[in-house]
Amino acid sequence: MMKEMKRPERGKSLFRFAAPQLFYPLAGALAPWFAGAAAVLTIIGLWLAFFVAPTDAQQGEVYRVIFIHVPAAWMSMFVYLIMAFWSAVGLVMNTRLSFMMARALAPTGAMFCVVALVTGALWGKPTWGAYWVWDARLTSQLLLLFLYFGFMALTEAIEDPRRADKAGAIIALVGAVNVPIIYFSVKWWNTLHQGASVSLTKAPSMAATMLAGMLVMALASWAYTIAVTLWRVRPLILERERHAEWVAAELDALEGRI
Amino acid sequence: MKPRSKRLLLVAGAVALLVGAVALVLNAFQQNLVFFHTPTEVAEGKAPVGRAFRIGGMVETGSIRRAADGVTVQFAITDTAKVIPVSYKGSLPDLFSEGKGAVVQGTLGPDGQFQASEVLAKHDENYMPPEAQHAVDQAKKAAQTVAQ
Repeated sequence: MMKEMKRPERGKSLFRFAAPQLFYPLAGALAPWFAGAAAVLTIIGLWLAFFVAPTDAQQGEVYRVIFIHVPAAWMSMFVYLIMAFWSAVGLVMNTRLSFMMARALAPTGAMFCVVALVTGALWGKPTWGAYWVWDARLTSQLLLLFLYFGFMALTEAIEDPRRADKAGAIIALVGAVNVPIIYFSVKWWNTLHQGASVSLTKAPSMAATMLAGMLVMALASWAYTIAVTLWRVRPLILERERHAEWVAAELDALEGRI
Repeated sequence: MKPRSKRLLLVAGAVALLVGAVALVLNAFQQNLVFFHTPTEVAEGKAPVGRAFRIGGMVETGSIRRAADGVTVQFAITDTAKVIPVSYKGSLPDLFSEGKGAVVQGTLGPDGQFQASEVLAKHDENYMPPEAQHAVDQAKKAAQTVAQ
């Protein structure tokens, strides 16, 4: 307790931003920049996707759903890993902000997961001939959505924030095992879902402008995720630190503006 | 040992144990996790008998025959080693064509004919403009001519 009561040190180290009091204004200052980047990148990405990228020889125009589907699916997996990372940091270092970051990330990850599943269904019908099949890729991705819902429900259901954080962290860490299963499912088992077009181990199997569109959309999703997470963590910080003096001062200032 | 390092070891150990357990479970259920069986597996008798299952492979070139009733389709599915004849009544997905991937669900008759109740098209992870596809096809044809 002694440690927590101590005023955050204003040293040179970036770790000083682990203190909620210092992270709160930083998050507020950074978020608009990431939101702006997300907007610009989305416009460029959609322009590449719908006006520059060529028609696909096999699937015609319907393949263009890839520009939303793949970045959303990547993001849904990646956000879960970051959530698990912050949860592990929180458990090990006992830092309050880490748990708040994990909780701020969850809704965005779940949103991307829903987008990936819905766009996948809309893509599956005209190409495969079915909205949904129970193959390893689709099933493990659905499990990811339930893990997000489980994390959010559990952390909301437990009153005591410290216990809620720990319980959520356990779901986040246990569920992280599912992420490599999703990613490698198309390699490990026979699935209806096709393999990866873009990976670190081989040259991408798609035309250059298609790839460019997809990567720009992925960057846009990153920027969007960072922006909304920073915005979501700010009220969380105020709520959790409401007994601190600086929060009272912050709230007074806010009221003054309204 | 600092309590912080202790907790790190605890978390890392728990995650490692969990990964091991999941790996073992997945390994044990390997057979149930596949979405379809290959024609070779079916020929070797590895496919389930007496209940519906799926076969995946390529639609053999030149094998599609449409019956006079207009809804029954006959084709063969292959993994280049074994061939399974399939009979299907119904509409086919747009991407279903000879030389392309497909997954069929149904039952294997005693005559070795597969009665499909559902046909799904499986496409690959390659995306290219039609001109590039044309160039690839031309190059393949040229390579075949040289080989012959």
